[in-house]
Amino acid sequence: MSAPASGGVPILRLGDVLVTGLLNELDDTTAVAFTEELTNRISSDGARGVLIDISRLEIVDSFVARTLMELTTMARLLGARVIVAGMRPPVAITLVELGIQLTGVETALNAEQAMAAMGWHQSLQPSGGGLGEFRPEH
Amino acid sequence: MSSARNTDHTVALSPTASDAANRAAHTERTVHHVRIEEDLLTVRHAVRAATLRAGFSIVDQTRVVTAASELARNAYIHGGGGTVTIDQLTLRGNAGLRLTVKDDGPGIADTDAALADGFTTGAGLGHGLGGARRLMNDFELHTVPGQGTTVIATRWAGR
Repeated sequence: MSAPASGGVPILRLGDVLVTGLLNELDDTTAVAFTEELTNRISSDGARGVLIDISRLEIVDSFVARTLMELTTMARLLGARVIVAGMRPPVAITLVELGIQLTGVETALNAEQAMAAMGWHQSLQPSGGGLGEFRPEH
Repeated sequence: MSSARNTDHTVALSPTASDAANRAAHTERTVHHVRIEEDLLTVRHAVRAATLRAGFSIVDQTRVVTAASELARNAYIHGGGGTVTIDQLTLRGNAGLRLTVKDDGPGIADTDAALADGFTTGAGLGHGLGGARRLMNDFELHTVPGQGTTVIATRWAGR
C-alpha cells in the first residue's frame, strides 16, 4: 500500500488520514524527500488529514522545526490538516528556549489524541481489539 | 556590507566564562570534522554521548545536543565546514561540557544581527546562533570577516 520511497519514512493511510512519523535522525536529504513524498501522497490519496508522530525525535532543531512548519503549510494548501503529535517534554522546553513556537502547526499530546481530533474514536469495548473505529463527523 | 576593519568581533556573554573553563580540569577532548552533511549526525551522536558521560539531565542533554546541532549546521552551511571540539570539564566537582565550533568561512560582518532572532541567510529559521546562546550557560562568539568564526559554548550540569 505504502511505498516508502523517501528516506525510509513509511506513510500509512487510515481512511482519509495519512499516518506517519519522523525517526530520531532527520537529516536534510531525508527531510526534503519526506516532504515530496508526503505532498504527493496527500494529492494521490485525497487525504484530508495528516498525523505526524514525532515521539521518537530526541531533538528538534531549527531545521526540523522549519521542515514541520513548511509541511504544515504545504498540506494546508492541498486541503489537508496536519497534526504533529507526541513531542517529548524536553524537546518542548528546548524549542521554546530556542525561540521557536512552531507557529501555525497544530499539535496533540500523542497519536491517539491526534486521531481523535481528526474524527477517529477508540472503541470502548475491549472486544474491539482497541483498534480505531472511523466515524466521520460530517 | 563588508568593511575594511579587521577587528576581532568578540562577543563574550559571560566574561568569566573563559576563566572558569580554563581553571576547570579537562577529562576528555574529542575533535570532529564537519565536512559533509552526515557529519552533522556524527557530531550529534558524539555530543549526546558526552552529555551522558557528564551525567546531564535529559533536558540538559536535549539543550546541549540541540545547540550543537545548530552550531555545527552553521559551520557546515555558512562556514563551508569546520570542526567541533567537545571538552568534558570538571569544576569543583561539577561536570560541564564545552563545545568549540570553528570554521574558516567568511566570518560574520554584523554579530549583533546574527545573534538576533529571525536573522537568517540560510535554510534555518534564523534562531540558530541566538538560540544556541540561550541553550548554553556561557557563550563566546569570535569572528573576523574573511577569517572564519569560532563559537565557544559551555553548559554545566544542574545550572
